[in-house]
Amino acid sequence: MPIALYRIDDRLIHGQVVVGWGQPLELRFIVLVDDDVAASEWEQELYRMGVPPEMEVQFCDVESASRHLGNFVCDSRMGIVLVGDIGTMQRLVAANPTIKTVNIGGVHHAPGRVARLRYVFLTPEEEQSLRGIESNGVEVSAQDVPSARPVPLKDLLSSKLDG
Amino acid sequence: MNADLSEHEVAGRRAVIAGHATFATGLVSAVEQISGMGSSLVPVTSIGLAGVDIASMLEEALDTLDTSVIFTDLPAGSCTIAARRLQRIRPELVLVTGINLATVLEYVFRSASETPLEAATAAAEKGRATLVVHGSKV
Repeated sequence: MPIALYRIDDRLIHGQVVVGWGQPLELRFIVLVDDDVAASEWEQELYRMGVPPEMEVQFCDVESASRHLGNFVCDSRMGIVLVGDIGTMQRLVAANPTIKTVNIGGVHHAPGRVARLRYVFLTPEEEQSLRGIESNGVEVSAQDVPSARPVPLKDLLSSKLDG
Repeated sequence: MNADLSEHEVAGRRAVIAGHATFATGLVSAVEQISGMGSSLVPVTSIGLAGVDIASMLEEALDTLDTSVIFTDLPAGSCTIAARRLQRIRPELVLVTGINLATVLEYVFRSASETPLEAATAAAEKGRATLVVHGSKV
C-alpha cells in the first residue's frame, strides 16, 4: 500500500498525527525519520509510549529510511512517513525520487520565521528549501488535519498571517 | 441572592492542566464553577507552540504554582510528551494523562497530607470510574 502521507511536523508524533490523521486513515504504522531520535533509545521510548497498541512506530535516520522505503511502500498496512523539519524532508526527497507529495503539517514559530499560516512559520531559507523540493516534481502543500483545505505551496508562500 | 463564592480564597491541591486548544482553560473554568478552586490550577495550551516552548511553559507554570503535578489531555499529545521530557530532568514530577473533569475535581479536594503521587493516583482512579455509558441495547 502506498505511504499515505509524507509529513513535516516539528512536534513529530502528537495528537493530530495519531488521532487527527491516524483515525480516519486507520493508520497502522508511522516511520519517524529523524537522525537524533534514531540515535536515542530514550527519545524512541518517549514517542512510542504515546501511540495506541495497534499502531507501530519505526525509527530511522534518513539513510536507513531511504534503504527501507521500498519495504514500507509494500507494507499492506496504512502508514505515514514523518519528519521534524524541512531539511530532513529535503534530504529524504533527494534520495527517493518516488516521493511525489509532501505535507507540511506543522512548523511553529522560531526566531527568523514569518507566519504563513497559524501552523506554518518559515525562514527565507526554509521557503527556498520547499521550492527546491517542489522543483523535483513533488507536490507540496500545507494541511494540518484531514478536514482542512490543503494550501498549495504557491499559495502558502504568498500568504502572511498578521499578528 | 447568589453569593459569588469564587471570590473566596479556597485552598485546593495545586496542579498544572495542559492540553490542546482551550482544553485546559475550559477545564479550569469548569472546576472554578463547580468548586471555586480554579485558582489552584494553571492552564497551559499547546496552540502555536513548538515542543520546546511547550516544555518551557510547563516549567514556568510548575514553578509559579510551586507544584509537581501535571494533568494532560492525550497520551500522545505534545503537552504529554513535553511533560515526559521534563520528568527526565525533574523526576519528582507526577503526570496524569487522558484526564477528564472528574479527575481534576477529585484531585483539588484531596488531602494536603497525601503525597502528590497518592493524590494524583486517587484522582486518576476517580476519573476512570466516572466514565459511564447510558443507552439501550438496539
